[in-house]
Amino acid sequence: MTIMTDPPKASFRLSMLLNDSRYRSLTLQVIAAMLLALAIFYLANNVATNLAALGVNISFDFLGAPAGYDINQRLIEYTSQSSNLRAAFVGILNTMLVAVLACITATIFGVFAGVLRLSNNWVVSKLMSIYVEIFRNIPVLIWILIIYGVMTVVLPAPSAFRGDNATSSMFMGVSAFTNRGVYIPGPEFSRIFGETGVLSAGIGWLVAMAILVGSFFGARTVNKRATRIQEATGDRPATLVTNLSIWFLPIIAFFIITGLNFDIPELKGFNFRGGIKVGAPLIAIWFALSIYTGAFIAENVRAGIQAVSKGQTEAAGALGIRPGRIMSLVVLPQALRVIIPPMISNFLNITKNSSLAILVGYADVTATLGGITLNQTGRAIECVVLLMLFYLIISLTISGVANMYNNSNKLQER
Amino acid sequence: MTELSASNVAFVRTEPVPAAAPPSNASGPVKWIKDNLFDGVGNSILTVLAFLAIYFILSRTMPWILNGIWDAPTLSACREILDGATGACFAVISERWNQLLFGFKYPSELYWRPALAFAMLFAAAAPVLFFDLPRKLLIFTGLYPFIAFWLIWGGPVFYPLIALIGLVVAYKVFERFEKNNFAMALGLGLLAALVVWSLASFVGDNSVLLAVSIESVPSRALGGFMLNMMLGVTCVSLSLPLGIALALGRQSSMPFIKYICVIFIEFIRGVPLITLLFVASVMLSYFFPPGSGVDLFIRVVIMITMFSAAYIAEVIRGGLAALPKGQYEAADSLGLDYAQAMRLIILPQALKISIPGIVNVAVGLFKDTTLVSVISMFDLIGMIRGPILASTDWSGVYWELFGFAALLFFVVCYGISQYSQWLERRLATDHR
Repeated sequence: MTIMTDPPKASFRLSMLLNDSRYRSLTLQVIAAMLLALAIFYLANNVATNLAALGVNISFDFLGAPAGYDINQRLIEYTSQSSNLRAAFVGILNTMLVAVLACITATIFGVFAGVLRLSNNWVVSKLMSIYVEIFRNIPVLIWILIIYGVMTVVLPAPSAFRGDNATSSMFMGVSAFTNRGVYIPGPEFSRIFGETGVLSAGIGWLVAMAILVGSFFGARTVNKRATRIQEATGDRPATLVTNLSIWFLPIIAFFIITGLNFDIPELKGFNFRGGIKVGAPLIAIWFALSIYTGAFIAENVRAGIQAVSKGQTEAAGALGIRPGRIMSLVVLPQALRVIIPPMISNFLNITKNSSLAILVGYADVTATLGGITLNQTGRAIECVVLLMLFYLIISLTISGVANMYNNSNKLQER
Repeated sequence: MTELSASNVAFVRTEPVPAAAPPSNASGPVKWIKDNLFDGVGNSILTVLAFLAIYFILSRTMPWILNGIWDAPTLSACREILDGATGACFAVISERWNQLLFGFKYPSELYWRPALAFAMLFAAAAPVLFFDLPRKLLIFTGLYPFIAFWLIWGGPVFYPLIALIGLVVAYKVFERFEKNNFAMALGLGLLAALVVWSLASFVGDNSVLLAVSIESVPSRALGGFMLNMMLGVTCVSLSLPLGIALALGRQSSMPFIKYICVIFIEFIRGVPLITLLFVASVMLSYFFPPGSGVDLFIRVVIMITMFSAAYIAEVIRGGLAALPKGQYEAADSLGLDYAQAMRLIILPQALKISIPGIVNVAVGLFKDTTLVSVISMFDLIGMIRGPILASTDWSGVYWELFGFAALLFFVVCYGISQYSQWLERRLATDHR
């Protein structure tokens, strides 16, 4: 038989809640939780009292009611009789449109300027540092207004294109830059998708894009096979002709079958008709965001390339690799690891800064849901909360993607 | 064997032969131009293109700037003086100078007050920015917020004075109990300040204490570049302590505190500043007790401070994470408690690492103060887009006004970033 003895029971004193580090953090958290609950209760109580005093309540019914205002720039069908929800959705699509466009062009500007800033050419590198410093140190708001000013004040009115001795002429005969917007040729698929219009062109482009994605995978298979043969036999089969035909034949065939043609804008009456009209606000916000964020991306690109130590280049040179291949095989893969994370956060900034579109009257989600809908319905709390929710979802999605990328590309060390 | 020496050979040079000049094509401007501008075909093409671009820009802007008119009452008068020639109408800047700087509602006879506050800002900021200056000057930095508040808003000197006295009492109490326990000292200090302020609230409206007073100016009269400066300076200085607290909270081992901080930071960083300004303009007043009527300026300061605090917290978190773990362990092994370890060991090093990032946030925030023009506050941009461009005298003057605004912001932001680079070199103690 064994005799069980209890260990001496630690006596618990109240002072241990403060002085014993085992319990202190618990005490602090409970105090913090109580303070937070108190603050939330106080604020909620204030909101309830204020709303009751004004005789309003929180309700999202207004989303179903007709919006009652027009939106010029829209990607989906919308009339002033459509609901506020649909207006918000038009705004969301517009936000996405300008964000995606600006991300692409900002990357182009940024990479271009960042690489040129490292150039041996003194004038070019100084010119690029001036570009970066000027654009980084002046608020993007001022750039948006300046570029909007260029679009609306400097560009000629459509009437300047009329007559025999017109003061302005169309760019290459197909595009017109006017103070009402830029008119570019609109592609149409006349045969298969029937009626012309935004929707059928949209489907056509989706199919075209699917074909291009197919070509991409086709070309990759060909290249992989070539690499396999090269590794087995030492000779690489010629892939250029195969690749070119995989890339171009299907898409050209698609265009011919569907009868791709371009609707060229022409001056009729007081304005241009036909083609696609890209409004001045869209161009202002797009260009301003790209050139402003491009300056930041340029700095990231420069820092990323400089972060690869010179020893790497020299080691690759010592192995006898050619300069062009050193860049693509040794420097760039290492630099990209440094460049991509801040680049993604710049894309996030573009998306958030696109909310400034409200300033030039571009109907993004801030202008529709947070602007006109808010002012017309007076549903301030609901509109602002929905608006924040939208941006929050976008931001969390983008940073989630960024985290996934960072984790998969982490430097593998021991 | 005899040694060769000056005594037994016929001729020995006593001084070295002077170095010959390098060949003319391997030195001087010619070589520099060859190396930097025309090194190869591609490089030469780039150079030519760059010079063409510079010529294109200068040939279009220089005549316009040099031929500018600085003195004209209206745009049409300015165009008359120009008489069809290319030229800028900078007259709008000289004519609306005060409006651009102070807004259109600030009483013109009181312009000296914000101007004086602005001048004193340099004196107040100097000891913070440059460590070599005598530390006694920090006393003026501490007094500055109260002086600036009194100068800009006016009113009885009693209010800023009592706020100051409350803080001084709090600091004295904190100093007295700091040795015992940091948190307790902080709490007692706050309590002391609250006691002073609540005692002050018993002072009646007609009290003799309120007699010493200068003309008061309401918040809605603030405007122009002054508003941008005020928002920038106030929000950055307020958000620094808040950002440090958030960063420490996010690093904390207490899950509840940690997740509150994470949620706050990620929420603020996930939404654009403009939506937070919407909150300030249409939503925040619901959160205050009924009838308190907190004015728009304060609501905007609250939201922008929260915004920049979240970004500063992330920067400081980076600094904290960059410190070697040994520093934390060394502090623990010395027997320092949390507050001491943070204040004496961790934060001084972490903040030093974070300085460039904090300055970046500050510059970004200062640029973002222009966003208040969207919620119809008349800052520099709001003044330009509103009262000035809408006036019959100057409607249609774009480039001069926006160029002026851009120049002002460029000077301030570029200056700050140059300062941060200087500070970084100054603080670099590692051996490279």
